[in-house]
Amino acid sequence: MRILALVKRVPAPGARINITEDEQHVDDKNLGHAISPHEECGVEAAVQLIEQYGGDATVMSMGADVSEEQLRAAVSVGISKMVLVPTNGSPKDPQATASALVAAIRELEEQDGVFDLIIFGNESADQGGFQVGIRVAHELGRAMVNGIKGLEIPDGQDGSGDGHIVARREVDAGFEVYELPLPACVGVKEGINLPRYPTMKGRLASKKAELVSLAVEADADAHANGRQAQTRLKSPPETATETVILGDGVDAAPAVVDLLEELGVL
Amino acid sequence: MSAVLVVIEHDRGHVPEATLEALTSARSIAGGLGLPVHAAAMGEGAEMVASQVGEYGAEVIHHLTSPNLGDYNPEAWGQALVGCVSSESPAVVMASGTDRGNELMAQLAARAGLPFVANCVDVAPDVSSMTRSQWGGALHEEATLDAEIKLISMAPHTVEASPGPAAGRVDEIAVDVDDSLVRSVIRDRVVLSEGITLSTAPVVVSGGRAVGSEEAFAPLEALAEELGGKVGCSRAVTNNGWRPHADQVGQTGTRIAPTIYIATGISGATQHWVGAMGSKNILAINTDPEANMVTKAGWAVIADLHEMVPAITEEVKRRKG
Amino acid sequence: MSDFPTKANVVVIGAGIVGSCLVGHLSRLGWEDIVLIDKGPLPNPGGSTGHASNFIFPVDHNKEMALLGVQSANQYRDLDRSVDSGGIEVARTQERMDELNRRMTSATAWGVEAELLTPAQVKELVPFINEEIILGGFHCPTVSVVDSLDTGTLFRNEAMEKGVLQVFANTEVEDVETVDAPNGQKKVSAVVTDRGRIEANYVVVACGVWSNRVANMAGATIPLVPAVHQMADVGPMDVLAETNTEIAYPIVRDMDTFCYERQAAGSMEVGSYGHRAILHHPDDIPSNEEAALTPTEMPFTQDDFDPQMETAIELMDMLGDAEIKYAINGLLSLTPDAMPCLGETVEVNNLWSAAAVWVKEGPGMAQVVAEWMTYGYPRVIDPHASDLARFYPEERGDDHIWARADEHFIKTYGIVHPQEQWEGRRNLVQSPYFSRQEELGAMFFQARVWERAQWYDSNADLVERYGLSEREVEWDNRWWSPIINGEHLNMRENAGLFDLSAFQVFELSGPGALDFAEYLAVNKVCKGVGTSAYTPWLNADGGFHSDLTMMQTGEDVVRIVTGAFDGGRDEHWIKKHLPEDESVTFKNLTMSTTTLGLWGPNAEAILSQLTDADLSFAGNPYGSVTNVEIAGVACTLFRVSYVGDTGWEIYTGWDNGPALWDAIMDAGKDHGLRPTGMGVYAVTGRIEKGYRLMGAELESEYNPIEAGLARPKVKAADFIGKEAYLAAREAGDPESHCVTLVVDDNVDSQGRQRWMQGGNEPILNADGERLVDSHGRVSRVTTAGYGPSVGKNLLLGYVPAEYAAPGTKMQVMYMNELFPCTVVGTGSAFDPENTRLKGE
Repeated sequence: MRILALVKRVPAPGARINITEDEQHVDDKNLGHAISPHEECGVEAAVQLIEQYGGDATVMSMGADVSEEQLRAAVSVGISKMVLVPTNGSPKDPQATASALVAAIRELEEQDGVFDLIIFGNESADQGGFQVGIRVAHELGRAMVNGIKGLEIPDGQDGSGDGHIVARREVDAGFEVYELPLPACVGVKEGINLPRYPTMKGRLASKKAELVSLAVEADADAHANGRQAQTRLKSPPETATETVILGDGVDAAPAVVDLLEELGVL
Repeated sequence: MSAVLVVIEHDRGHVPEATLEALTSARSIAGGLGLPVHAAAMGEGAEMVASQVGEYGAEVIHHLTSPNLGDYNPEAWGQALVGCVSSESPAVVMASGTDRGNELMAQLAARAGLPFVANCVDVAPDVSSMTRSQWGGALHEEATLDAEIKLISMAPHTVEASPGPAAGRVDEIAVDVDDSLVRSVIRDRVVLSEGITLSTAPVVVSGGRAVGSEEAFAPLEALAEELGGKVGCSRAVTNNGWRPHADQVGQTGTRIAPTIYIATGISGATQHWVGAMGSKNILAINTDPEANMVTKAGWAVIADLHEMVPAITEEVKRRKG
Repeated sequence: MSDFPTKANVVVIGAGIVGSCLVGHLSRLGWEDIVLIDKGPLPNPGGSTGHASNFIFPVDHNKEMALLGVQSANQYRDLDRSVDSGGIEVARTQERMDELNRRMTSATAWGVEAELLTPAQVKELVPFINEEIILGGFHCPTVSVVDSLDTGTLFRNEAMEKGVLQVFANTEVEDVETVDAPNGQKKVSAVVTDRGRIEANYVVVACGVWSNRVANMAGATIPLVPAVHQMADVGPMDVLAETNTEIAYPIVRDMDTFCYERQAAGSMEVGSYGHRAILHHPDDIPSNEEAALTPTEMPFTQDDFDPQMETAIELMDMLGDAEIKYAINGLLSLTPDAMPCLGETVEVNNLWSAAAVWVKEGPGMAQVVAEWMTYGYPRVIDPHASDLARFYPEERGDDHIWARADEHFIKTYGIVHPQEQWEGRRNLVQSPYFSRQEELGAMFFQARVWERAQWYDSNADLVERYGLSEREVEWDNRWWSPIINGEHLNMRENAGLFDLSAFQVFELSGPGALDFAEYLAVNKVCKGVGTSAYTPWLNADGGFHSDLTMMQTGEDVVRIVTGAFDGGRDEHWIKKHLPEDESVTFKNLTMSTTTLGLWGPNAEAILSQLTDADLSFAGNPYGSVTNVEIAGVACTLFRVSYVGDTGWEIYTGWDNGPALWDAIMDAGKDHGLRPTGMGVYAVTGRIEKGYRLMGAELESEYNPIEAGLARPKVKAADFIGKEAYLAAREAGDPESHCVTLVVDDNVDSQGRQRWMQGGNEPILNADGERLVDSHGRVSRVTTAGYGPSVGKNLLLGYVPAEYAAPGTKMQVMYMNELFPCTVVGTGSAFDPENTRLKGE
């Protein structure tokens, strides 16, 4: 089975997001960087499938040279190859990003064959455009479902050739089940697995892995029908809350239940 | 005839609240542009949505038909939308920024070669600029959109759905959907829980790291059950393996919007807050009066959750008699 | 939520381990109306306390660090927030094995149970260690793991339950205000926070890595810099998980790779001090909200840690396959000299610092500061080397702090020689003779900021003349030269010229100057213009604060001369006690005054060529201070000696120095005069005479009677510590005495001659028993040095009275071996009658 996992380097989520003075970027001077959480799960999914069905997995990121850190992180948990599509500048919009990724994937596939499965994250943790994977899949003419929280290969298949992949998408009441013909694409969500941490030996081995840099151009027609552009970033308006303290300790229980009654949930 | 076209992301005829929100937003956008609101629905059960969609403001409901349209199928539905857009030439196509809404808009955008701006929280009258949410709502981006047909989705809970009756005339349009796209249809469903879910529950009782263990969630379960609600948790809890990820409230978990969110032992980091901030009321229970969750909540009790949660449950039971 | 106060007696800023323990100790000492604030949440406000690895190795070569470490460990034990895990320092090299022997020596000094283990014995305790790559281990069973967050909570609760403390978390300090105080000084007046302004009589900065930034708000400095200590939690591992407990195996310090492995339940925490020094400005530390974890758990820079992982896997192969679950660049505080910053700030009265303290010393150092604030000086220990006032202005800027932290971070687990010199930030202050000394091949040692010639290579010929040789063992020979002994013997035979420009020279003047001088000093100072006194200064409890010389140089002018290591402390002490009526003016004359020392039997013959003044002992008696012209240069001549030979300290204006040096050197040509270094002044000359040194023999834990510095009578005038001093005198013979010992045989078990360094080597009785008096003071070497004129290695130290008699047979431990020695007595080993001081 040949798998490609796409990852994006983002400031490690969890902290308050500050904005640079020019209001164009997230100020990441205090932040570490990570693989966008959904995509981190995508890497784990790729590793698990390879462990079960054999084959090899490649990780690819489009971004600045420092994205090497995230590529090596993926290699340190079991991905065998890594490819950087350098942006050499500011991040691209979803149309241009998708277009460049398509070019890169085509080149990789020309060299080593088709990827049976391409795994995207449902959306990036930072910009959250919800579309790059879908655009890429469409351009490649492959089936694509987003929001996936479960992947398995049907019995008797090995995840390659004319086989299928069963993808589960979580909805309010349970799961929707899709069965996509290979080669296929999926966008996965956190929760599909609990990504493993690298081992020390994995980390040390990843340092020796070769980084392939693949410079590609976005299709000149990517914006033929228009484009979106970021003007500025800003913090959402803070709604100042006056907290009403209902009490200290268990004596406050009646006040709490009064509130529940007032809100009509009792 | 130009219009603001709303994509109806129904599930076998059931229209979620999010779509009603999108219709509500669409009415004000359409009002600004002097255009009517139209809707597009397709697939299994589409014929059932007309009255509800009309009640929320759609003058026309384009019922897209093709032998290859059935249960939800992002690719097939996306291509169907391309057909509708090319025949109707709407000025704006929009959906709610849910998983399905964004997916369908992205499918449409990819196939039509159009830009698509996801999760808007505010849109300029001419829809050429907007504010959209990044980082799950922790950050806002002002953006411009330059396209003949403007594709956007509205971040969930941006507005409250409100009716605004319109004609709701159904107009069937036969669209082309490639046979090959049948590949992406829902093949099966696994139902795990009937009734309310975390994202629809009127009450969510949530626990953070301070709960301490998997077993210690039992009192939270008891309270949620008494109140007809669901149990949620913070990311620290799922990372510790105490609760399944499906229970996680947060940026990478579920966005909730209950009548009341009872957050116990949760400090309120940004990652969690963006998932909880859609709640209509928040009650924080924490030993630390300075915890973020406490200062952001409308109500708070300074107490140890391990004592407080059972006490509330007892009181609720007492009043229920 | 309680209302934010507008007034308090004490505001403590920082609720980490130090601030929390401090409010607890203040409450125990009777303080009331205390407010504790922190910008972060509780119980973990986000400083180093929350992420530190929280273990205490009680053995350290430094007395303050060792004893306060033990003391702190006991406070944690008393609160039941401590587990004795034991710990092993393993050696991969022979050099480290030698160091472990030195550790054994220090363990004996401080009374800490310890043993050396073979690799096989290490393996018995730590079955997953690769014993093949180690040579042995130093095992200390009382190494403990503590819960610093919980301990902080308990200390805060204790004070809150007494009703003397209010705590406000999530309260950020925006300003620290001061008002003018007498004598041109500043006094702290209020703390401005984002929740309001609190007026306060006292403010304590206990903000860990943020301390300097907060102090700067008041115009004060606490020289420290936030520095990264990398730590990774790897696991789980079955062998650890099976123990079902937080820590079951001893902590392993892999000293030669600057790394430790500490069990944390099912995982292993791997911590490193082996990476490059990674320093941050406090402004670059994120706020609690901006931080992904906490502010001081900064993003892990993996590349820096990679080499450490390789060496960790060498030692414990199982680590390689465990997952790296959590890894941080944890911040801790580093200072320019690797010691804490305790005490009042020198710039602002009543603004105190309890900073650059790690979890391992937190409760003890908090107690030090609480006692200091209460009693005027701590009782639990003399914090001489931790005193914030020790820093000179040149040591308080970021350039110096960063450079020094950068240099010493890697020495955290290093083998640091007691005499080790800094490489960077040298030549901060040079004497007027620096270029001449350089030409003479001076080996410069740095005394805080001052460059002082330790010896001169130009005197290498003396080695042959006196038949001297290098020391056999490299460690003993390091930072040492036989030239020192050559210079010493030449001084005793002819004369030596010493550059004493690093002396700190102060002047008190004004109508209250004489009274104030008496108030500071034990001995009578002002006996008329031209008189002097060598005198201790005591703290209120009667222990030593300083020892120095004072001269009445005018009707209402007194000059104070103290050493380069104590100038900052003594200046602060003086300013702190200046009369509020402003009747005394203080001036620091150090940079306008230079001092030369000329001593030896030929001193008078040399100097008499340059002056008409009467230099005879009768006309210019010991202790006299006279203004004379030497070689046409106006000088003040002070007849005194710290090296045991007759001569003078010669003071003159800074700019006159070079001409004076040249004239004296020229006059000394035919009298065997040699430039002579501090190796003689501070060690060989001094120790032969048994002269005490501040910070070595003289500490606040000892009084003048014990030190042998009590005069027959006590002056009538009041002075600081008088009451305690009188009480001590009345108590009769002291329990311990400062004595000189001579090492009878310095050959070790391998047949090598060894030379003690004066690094707290324990002095044991003939039976090999450790000696501790009823105050808990242990007998240890305070100074060690060769006495070239005596031909023996000499030691100074305190011993209980029963061992103080001349001729008592004792033993000294050095590098974990015992060497026999004999008590010389409380006086001098050389020229006990002081005939040479008179030039006889």
